[in-house]
Amino acid sequence: MKLSSIIDNLDSASSVKSAVDQVTQHNTQQAQRKAAMAVLAHAEAVEIAARLRDLALPAHQDLRAPENGLVMLRGRVGGDGAPFNLGETTVSRAAVKLASGEVGFGYTLGRDGEKARLIALCDALVQSRDFGGLVERSVIAPLREQLMVRRTRAAEEAAATKVDFYTMVRGEG
Amino acid sequence: MYVAVKGGERAIENAHRLLAHKRRGDQNVAEISLDQISEQLGLAVDRVMSEGSLYDRELAALAIKQARGDLIEAIFLVRAFRATLPRFGASEPVDTGAMRVQRRVSATFKDIPGGQILGPTFDYTHRLLDPSLAEGFVPETPAAAEASTVPTPRVTDILGRDGLIESSPQAADGASVGDLTREPLNFPADRDLRLQNLARGDEGFLLAMGYSTQRGYGRNHPFVGEIRFGEVEVEFVAEDVGFAVPLGAIELTECQMVNQFKGSATEAPCFTRGYGLAFGQSERKTMSMALVDRALRARELGEEALAPAQDEEFVMSHSDNVQATGFVEHLKLPHYVDFQSELGLLRKLRQEFAEAFADANAPDAMKEAAE
Repeated sequence: MKLSSIIDNLDSASSVKSAVDQVTQHNTQQAQRKAAMAVLAHAEAVEIAARLRDLALPAHQDLRAPENGLVMLRGRVGGDGAPFNLGETTVSRAAVKLASGEVGFGYTLGRDGEKARLIALCDALVQSRDFGGLVERSVIAPLREQLMVRRTRAAEEAAATKVDFYTMVRGEG
Repeated sequence: MYVAVKGGERAIENAHRLLAHKRRGDQNVAEISLDQISEQLGLAVDRVMSEGSLYDRELAALAIKQARGDLIEAIFLVRAFRATLPRFGASEPVDTGAMRVQRRVSATFKDIPGGQILGPTFDYTHRLLDPSLAEGFVPETPAAAEASTVPTPRVTDILGRDGLIESSPQAADGASVGDLTREPLNFPADRDLRLQNLARGDEGFLLAMGYSTQRGYGRNHPFVGEIRFGEVEVEFVAEDVGFAVPLGAIELTECQMVNQFKGSATEAPCFTRGYGLAFGQSERKTMSMALVDRALRARELGEEALAPAQDEEFVMSHSDNVQATGFVEHLKLPHYVDFQSELGLLRKLRQEFAEAFADANAPDAMKEAAE
């Protein structure tokens, strides 16, 4: 089964308005999924698992068992120019399908296949009408909060090392 | 012709067993954990990731442990490991301008928007050994100050606004990104391949090459426009997902070198640039890289290329410490057959020389004896 064939399955809409609505809805959902992934990728597998444990989850199955591989990381010449290959990173990925049909994908830096699977499960849940709100409240939001606390602390520690250099004029002016 | 040498299996097996024992050291001393290496020898891990060309702290720590702290051996192990995994694809280019900056200094401008942030640095330390670190040292909690929400634009972006510095070269439409892990190197090499080569190049080699430019072998009058270190987000367009998927964040160091200016009859003079980027906190590496990147642009900028650091074939062919160590260290492996043939040839030449010498000197020697 080619996993990439499951996405972007917009129905051919009968009216332009309905098509536009669907595209908007698609884009909103895509933004939500991406925002959730951006949080989950920064959490540990045990943290995600702990938050999912208390939820009554729908039946689901692995569509793609976790697998490890590499992604070539790219930079840009001068920071903002043409891309170049900087070096690779390990990445783990998985795909999970809910009994109701939603397919979720999990990608994360590192080699933790279980984490990739949990992210895929969350991604499927985010797309689900019945579980989207619950997973956002019970899993994503608290992990986001935790991530923000860590980032703020790092920023505050860096800020304490900010210098005010000044130059001294020497001699008689 | 290649003649294999066989035998020695038992000796090799026992040598590896002895190595494992020596690696562990005195077993009354606690074993070092990967977390300890990753947390407390973090800059060694950064170097192994950069030159091993694989961002994975845990694997780099394992490699350092396995290599008994020999970083080039560790880099070799990481490179060998990366060959065992499939590649899913390439990331979106990271945006270093959006870096969550832990350190950021400029040697050219005192007042940069977002400020100069020293971060965790050896700069301004006195380089005196600290006996308190020998055992049981507990550091103070880091100081905290209100974090600024002011963005931290790259210094080169600020200079670029006034046209005082050349802009970064943009990719041609549909141009593919060169990858020296997939295609053999050809010269002349484009900047993308040069930067990839330098990014995984040996820090010591690049340091020496960069230093040589400062000492006059291809001088290019550098200033550190900016060095920044911190986290950037990585995104990967996964075909099956259909959009750019966030993978998490990596730590990077970036160095923007601002170099001597150049102009022509048709272009106003402006500063030129050299660029360095590496995994983790790798300042010496990225500074050296930026110096060498600028030196290697000699041809493009119409400069005379006479110094080693300006010779891309020389630099790029010798920067990789895994290739270099492989070729240097293979000399210690059995060359008995090669050597026997050399020995045979040498004996023959010496015999011929001895005979010729004896013939040539025989009459003179007799004459001298007679006088």
